[in-house]
Formats: sequence, C-alpha cells, structure tokens
Amino acid sequence: MIRVEGLVKTYGDFVAVDGLDLEVGSGEIVGLLGPNGAGKTTTLRVIVGILEPDAGRVLVEGHDVRRRPLEAKGRLGFVPDRPYVYDKLTGEELLRFAAALRGQRGPEVEARIDELLDLWDLEPWRDELVESYSHGMRQKLILSSALVHRPGALVIDEPMVGLDPTAARLLKRLLRGFADRGGCALISTHTLEFAEALCDRLAVIREGAILARGTMEELRAQAETESGDLEEVFLRLVGGVQERRIARAITGEAADRGRS
Amino acid sequence: MKPLRELGWLLRVKLLSSLARGERAEGRAGRLLLLLAVGGVTLPGVYLLLVRFLRSLRGTEEVGPLLAAKLLGLGLLLLLSILLLSNLIGALSSFFLARDLPTILAAPVDWLAVYGARLTETLVSSSWMVVLVLAPVLAAYGRVWDAGILFYLWALLLLVPFLVIPAALGSAVTLLLVRVFPARRTRDLLGVIAAGGVALLVLGLRVLRPERLVNPEGFRNLVDFLAVLRGPSSPWLPSEWVSGSVMGYLRGGADPFLLFLLWSTAGGLLVVGAALHARFYPTCFTRAQEGNRRRLRWGSVWRAFERLLGPLGIQRRALVLKDARIFFRDATQWSQLIILGVLVVVYVYNMRVLPLRSSEAIGRFLSSLVAFLNVALTGFVLAAVSARFVFPSLSLEGRTLWLLRSSPLPAATLLWSKFWSGLVPLLILALALTLLTTTGLGVGPQVTLLSVVTIVGLTASFIAQALAWGIAYPQFESENAAQIPTSLGGLLFMLSALATLGVIVAFQLWALQDWVRSGLPWREARPPAPIELGSAAAFTLAVCAVTGIAAYRRARRRLEALEV
Repeated sequence: MIRVEGLVKTYGDFVAVDGLDLEVGSGEIVGLLGPNGAGKTTTLRVIVGILEPDAGRVLVEGHDVRRRPLEAKGRLGFVPDRPYVYDKLTGEELLRFAAALRGQRGPEVEARIDELLDLWDLEPWRDELVESYSHGMRQKLILSSALVHRPGALVIDEPMVGLDPTAARLLKRLLRGFADRGGCALISTHTLEFAEALCDRLAVIREGAILARGTMEELRAQAETESGDLEEVFLRLVGGVQERRIARAITGEAADRGRS
Repeated sequence: MKPLRELGWLLRVKLLSSLARGERAEGRAGRLLLLLAVGGVTLPGVYLLLVRFLRSLRGTEEVGPLLAAKLLGLGLLLLLSILLLSNLIGALSSFFLARDLPTILAAPVDWLAVYGARLTETLVSSSWMVVLVLAPVLAAYGRVWDAGILFYLWALLLLVPFLVIPAALGSAVTLLLVRVFPARRTRDLLGVIAAGGVALLVLGLRVLRPERLVNPEGFRNLVDFLAVLRGPSSPWLPSEWVSGSVMGYLRGGADPFLLFLLWSTAGGLLVVGAALHARFYPTCFTRAQEGNRRRLRWGSVWRAFERLLGPLGIQRRALVLKDARIFFRDATQWSQLIILGVLVVVYVYNMRVLPLRSSEAIGRFLSSLVAFLNVALTGFVLAAVSARFVFPSLSLEGRTLWLLRSSPLPAATLLWSKFWSGLVPLLILALALTLLTTTGLGVGPQVTLLSVVTIVGLTASFIAQALAWGIAYPQFESENAAQIPTSLGGLLFMLSALATLGVIVAFQLWALQDWVRSGLPWREARPPAPIELGSAAAFTLAVCAVTGIAAYRRARRRLEALEV
C-alpha cells in the first residue's frame, strides 16, 4: 500500500507539489493524470525517495520513506520516465545488479531473470550490452528491473514509452496480474486509453494539487458529463480552454495555408 | 546563396546555445578562475620565458637562429598531430553522435550547409586551445626578431589554413572510418589511438634524452649538427610550411609560395571533404545509428573477480563489480591507463638516472632532499590521477542515479564502494612508484618506510577528498569523463589536495632538517633519529586522517541529501 499525506515539494519559488494526498490500496492500480508540468513526475520521485519533500510524508506498506527509507524502498519497484541505464552492462548483468541492490542473489534471482527476459522477448539479447538496445527494449529492461525483486508496490512514470502494441498488451496483463495478487501500482501516464482500460481509480493533478479523483464513473460525474471516454473527461477537467486554443490555432493555420 | 544562408543559421544556433551554457551560474566562478589563471599568468609567462630564450638563441652566431627555426617547426609538428587527433575525435561527435543531428537532418537544409556547420564546429572545438598556445609563441618570435604589425597579419594568414587542413582531413578520415565501423566502435578505436599516440609521444621525447643537448660532448660534430638544422625535417607537412614562412618573414624574405601551398592544400581538402560528405554522409549517418553488438570477452576473469569480492556482501560486491565492468568496457576510460603506465615508467626511469652520484661530496645530501621531492611529485601524480578517475565517479552515475537512489541502498554503502574501488588500484600505483624510486636513492630503510607511510596516508586522504568535491560539484550531464575534472569542483579538489601535500612535505622537511644536513660533506653522516621519524610520521598520519575523515563525512552527508 502507498499513502501520500500532505506532500509539498518546491524548487526555489516554484511549487511543484502543493499539499497532495493520495492512497493506493492493496490490489489496486491508480492512474495519475495531468498536463505537462502538473507535478506528476515530482510526486513519483518523492514517493520512491529520490527527492526529499518539503512537507508531508509518504508511507510504503507502513514504512515512512523519509524515516525508514531502506525498508520502504525495499518494497518498491520504480520505472522512471526516461529509460537511462548503464550502457556498458548487459541486460542480464543489469537485472542481477538491480536485484543485488535489494540484497538478493542466488538461484531464485537467476530463475526470475530468466523468466523476465523470456517474458519480454529479450532472451536473445541477454548477453548484449545495453548500448545496443532499442528504446523499447530499454523500457522492457527497466520494467524487468522494477519487477526482479518481486516488489509489493510499483511506481511507474510513463510505462508505454517505446513499447510496441504486443508489449503494451503484455504490460497491461502483467500489471493486472500483479494487482490481483495483492500488489499495488501507481502509474503516471499521458496514454489515456491505457489508463482507462487498466486503472481502478484515477487522480487528475494540476499545478501540484489533485483536481479530481475516483473511478471512471466518479470522474464523469465531477466533469459533469454523463458519457464519454477518459479523454473527454480529462479535457473537461484540465484541458478545455487549452484544447480550444490549439484547435483555433490549427484551423487558423489551415485556413492561412488554404489562402496561400 | 541558400547553403550560405543556412550555414549562417546553423552556426548562429550553435553560438547562441554555447553562450547560454556559459551564462549558467554553476561553474561560472570556476571558469573565470581558470580563465584568469591561463590568460593572466600562464600565457604571459610562456611569452616572457620564450622571449628570453629566443633572445639568447638569436644572440648565438650561426646555430641560434637555425635552432629557433627548428624548434618552431618541431612545435608546429607537435601541434599539427594534436590537431589531427583532436579533429578526428571531434568530427565523430559533431558529424555523427550529436543529439541535435536528427532534427537538423530531418529539416530541408542543404547538405553543404550541414557540412560547413559541422566542420566549423569541429574546427573551433578542436583548435581553440592550440590557438591559445600559439598566440604567445608567435608573439615572442615577432618581438625577438622586431617584426612589425604586418607580421601578425601574415601569421594569421598562415594560421587559418594550418587549422583548416587537419579539420578537413580529420573529418574526412572519420567519415571513412564510420563507413567501416559503427560510430561507437570508431569512438573506442579513436580513444585507444589517441591514448597510444600520447603515450608514444611521451616515451619518444624521453628516449631522445634531451638532457644530452646540454652536455658539451653532444656537440662534437658541429658540421653535421648544422646540416641537420638547416634542412627541413618534414618538407611535405603544413607545419614545416608555416615555420618556413614565419622564419622567412622574420628574416626579411617571406615566401608567398609556402602561403600558396597552405591555402591551396586547405582548399583542396575542403573540396575533397565536401565531395566525400555529399557521396557518403547519408549512408554513414545511417550506419552510425546501428547498435554496437559485440561479443564480450573475459567472462572467466569476471567470474573469478566476482568470487574474489565475495566477502564484501551482496550490495558492495555488485557496486564494485559494476564500476569495474563499466571502466574496462569503455575504451575511452581504460585507454587512459596506457598514458598513465608510460608516465610511471618515464618517472621511475628519470628518478633512477638522476646524477646523484656525480658528486661524492654532496651525493648523500642531494639524495635525502630528492627523497622528499619524490614524495611531493608522487603525491602530485596521485592527486592528478584521483582527479581524473575518482573525482568523476559519482558524476558518471549521472542519469542512471535514479536506480541507486530508488533502491534500499544506504549512501554509506555507495560511498564505501566508490572509496575502495579507487583506493585499491591507486594504492598499488602509489606503492609501486614510491618503492621503485625511493629504494634507488640509498636513503635507508627508515626514510623509505616514512615515504611509504606518507604515500599510503595521502592516497586515502586524496580519494576521500576527490569523492567529497566530486559529490559537491557533480556534472551529471557530462558524457566525457575526461572533461569532468576540468570543472570548478575539479580545480577545488586539486587545490585542497595540493595544500594537504604541501603542509605534509613542509613539516617532514622541517622535522628531518638535521638529518638532511647530516648528508653535507662537512657533517658526520647518521641515520634519522626515532623522534624525528616518529614526529614526521605522526604529523603525516594525523593530517591525512583529519582531512580524509572530514572529507569522507562531508561526502556522505552530501550524498544522503543529493536529489536527482
């Protein structure tokens, strides 16, 4: 379980996260949505202990990330928004390294590495240096590194980046299975179809604060729309004005082009 | 006109982004300090020394001016080789690996504009330092031979093609190399070639034994010597054309043919380079995007090393093993060991051939002084090696630091692994240097032991200090490990390491001054007293412990608070 209470994070004068509360229960997948610069990545980075909050606290399975970071981080798996890993390690070495950072090694870890590499079709690449991996393959490898130690909670920033449709479907099934077995996952994404299909609950964030939260039905009610997909709900909540401006700009541009 | 206009735009964008980088607050003070040190002290210093030296040469009948010309030719030859190597490596980055290339190549920009912009970028980044070195040299030649203002214009006319030639040639050779090897493999290859080249240069200069020049016996055959000086060493090289033209002008007979040779060669190479670019660049750029699949070797060695690290525990072993693997798989990193190895050999050789026994009277006195000088020099080498290899160790984690920071990895464990990964190899180097040099001085086992204790203490302190400064001034965006120590943090580390070294060596000299003086011919020789040795060793260990522990604690605190 992940619980975020009154989280505040500032960068100088800029308030990135402003008193954010959030809870992801066992067996639950929660999607964090919001426009660019809303504070999603900062929130996730505070949750996994990469950034220090200015106020508030984060509990992972009851452990305060600030006071008991080792216990909290040991139960977490994290996938950052950009898949940077050590280029001069092989895929297999990277997964072994990720497990070792959690104090795990031995036959069980080796079997888990085999399982994950096989799952993502990375088996033929296991002895290749990561520098020769494509963007999507790196993303698969990082997803594997977050799962190699069998965490209880997953924090994923933009999981779909670089994944092909097969891998995307596999990821959805994998995350659903993970939650069904009692794990919890907090996912930040801009892929609204993915969030709608997978997440049990959604939280819409803007300017560092939660704007709306709940199930799809609850969000529809908050957005005052009876039907419609998540995209429509999302745009009503955060992007309506912006969307109209963009549409005007595009049509205006098209009209200009037509005239010339 | 279109390519020219586009070239202007491409260069303008590059210039603006460079200026913006310079505007950023971080590191500005350091750059300013470096600029002041180089611009205000080093360059005028080089100029004044050179003026003095060249004046004495000019005053020497017959041989002097010839020697001055020869020296200029050799210096320019050295700079030409540096320029060629630097342009080869620079072209790889600007033509094939730069992050903005996909955006530029996707835009409707003329190929000639891309070639011109990337060539200019390669030329500027590879040559600015050479220009900085050449400026005081040419100014000194002009001053000594009383040349007027037109000489500097003439020198500028010579300098432009002298810089364009290696840039065009280097870019063309890199293009052809990428046609054969993937870009990243080419970078590895060039890294090894560069390191090997520098090592050979150092070794070559030492093998020439320049100290013989000051030995009168070296001038036995003056006629042969003059013949060698009069003839050009490498008539087909641009360096010789520039030196011939410069000396010709200074002696009142400027040869326009050499200027023509320089400009026509530069022009010709530009045309050939542009033609090669037009013909091969699209294919080569595509090839540069290919992955660098290669078979990894030394599997059994890594397994044995992993077993050896067994007692460290899972996390520490994984960290040390990871750092070692990354270091030895990156040719731009391990190839630096070649240079280091050659420098060590040259240093040990120099110490061994010191003419300490030439004078029986003060031999003992000199030996004891050299023992302290040796500690100071070895300490300096260790500080420089720590700056190069230990200081960047956290910065090199860079964008992958998220993996460590989101793991249940105590900052102390990470720091511990960085400390010992640096200490063990550096200690081997330090002990080898000290034992190989001190034992040859004949200063006795007590002073040798003191040297060993000092070097061990200094090594540990330097590594802790390098880590502390490296963590305080991280350069996460830098992809080139060799550039990281040139930052403000690197400068501050060198200053703090050299201050530690200076305090220790000064105290040791003070504590053992009576023993050093006992080496003078009119004194009775004696071994150092236990109180002298004891106080020197105790002070050394105390300073190393205080500076090392304070730095280690500072590093740990900063690492715990580090946000990425």
